[in-house]
Amino acid sequence: MAGDKPADEAPRALTPEETKARKRRNLMIALGLVAFIIIVFLVTLFRIGENITQWGGL
Amino acid sequence: MTASAAHTPDRRAVPAATAGDYLALMKPRVMTLVVFTAFAGLVAAPADMHPFMALAAVLAVAMGAGAAGALNMAYDADIDAHMRRTRLRPVPSGRIAAAEAYGFGVVAALLSVALMALATGWLAAGLLAFSIFFYAVVYTMWLKRRTPQNIVIGGAAGAFPPVIGWAAATGTVGLDAVILFAIIFLWTPPHSWALALYKSGDYAAAGVPMLPVAKGAAETRRQIMVYSLLFVAMALAPLLTGLGGLVYGAVAVAGGALFLLLAWRVFRSRAGEAGSAAEGALYAVRAGDKCARDLFAWSIAYLALLFAALIAEHGFGLAWPLAGGV
Repeated sequence: MAGDKPADEAPRALTPEETKARKRRNLMIALGLVAFIIIVFLVTLFRIGENITQWGGL
Repeated sequence: MTASAAHTPDRRAVPAATAGDYLALMKPRVMTLVVFTAFAGLVAAPADMHPFMALAAVLAVAMGAGAAGALNMAYDADIDAHMRRTRLRPVPSGRIAAAEAYGFGVVAALLSVALMALATGWLAAGLLAFSIFFYAVVYTMWLKRRTPQNIVIGGAAGAFPPVIGWAAATGTVGLDAVILFAIIFLWTPPHSWALALYKSGDYAAAGVPMLPVAKGAAETRRQIMVYSLLFVAMALAPLLTGLGGLVYGAVAVAGGALFLLLAWRVFRSRAGEAGSAAEGALYAVRAGDKCARDLFAWSIAYLALLFAALIAEHGFGLAWPLAGGV
């Protein structure tokens, strides 16, 4: 078929260990992103809190 | 086409990348020193910062350093593959594709700058963005392969972290922050060239014009001595402004004397004359190059001790002022 890759460019099938390692890697990246989102959320809350405190002092 | 793009290892022949490979992509050892000096700048700055915001700022610096490391590793994959010290890194070994490393680096850089802007303000965020650009583009892409002065000018990238920490805490960049910048800026040449003296074969094989490769070992030893004098003198400057107290002064004077002694031994030696060590490990050296290895090792310890002294004085109250008061 014209769209097929040549045999020497076909992706190698992953072993079960490699599939596990890839899942672990994806999980770690996802956890990293979630942690980052939580930190940004908390920093935003902190900033808003600071601003509210400043308005209260006016 | 860049030399980097020409390096395309067969990724089907190597194991898939793990989470550890992505951590390695961010050069964790370099990141540790960057975070440490940024934290020192933040603690030494004359301003109180909420611990959570300080933590967010340090995290942003760590992410930024990791992003710069990933971009550097992606671009330098072709030359890293020729050096024993670097050929097992994730990109040259093929475990992570260069395009993935670029993507990872760009995203991490954007996130780090955004976090810094949100947590502290635009000055620290702007300095962080500039330092990433300076390391990834000015040093890695423009200077490293073109001039023996690559690490002298490029050293500015590594000198930014304490300034970023200072700016995060105060919103300004004062004289003391500039002194901290100058200390790391002047530390970089003797530190990098000491390593290059006993690893010049690696750099020559990769075509990187480090000073020992381009100008020879004797000129490198002479310039190491000159920069060591400038660096040790600059390390004493915090005593004049009051940034450093008795603890810092003791570390700076005693450690500086040892630094100069080691630099003098390198200057008087024939280190680097017969090419680099045959072994692959970072600390494997020929007998004649050991003085260069000693200077390299002490340079890391001395810089860490200087900034640890600042943290001890400003963060833990161990301040006995010598001049203007800490």
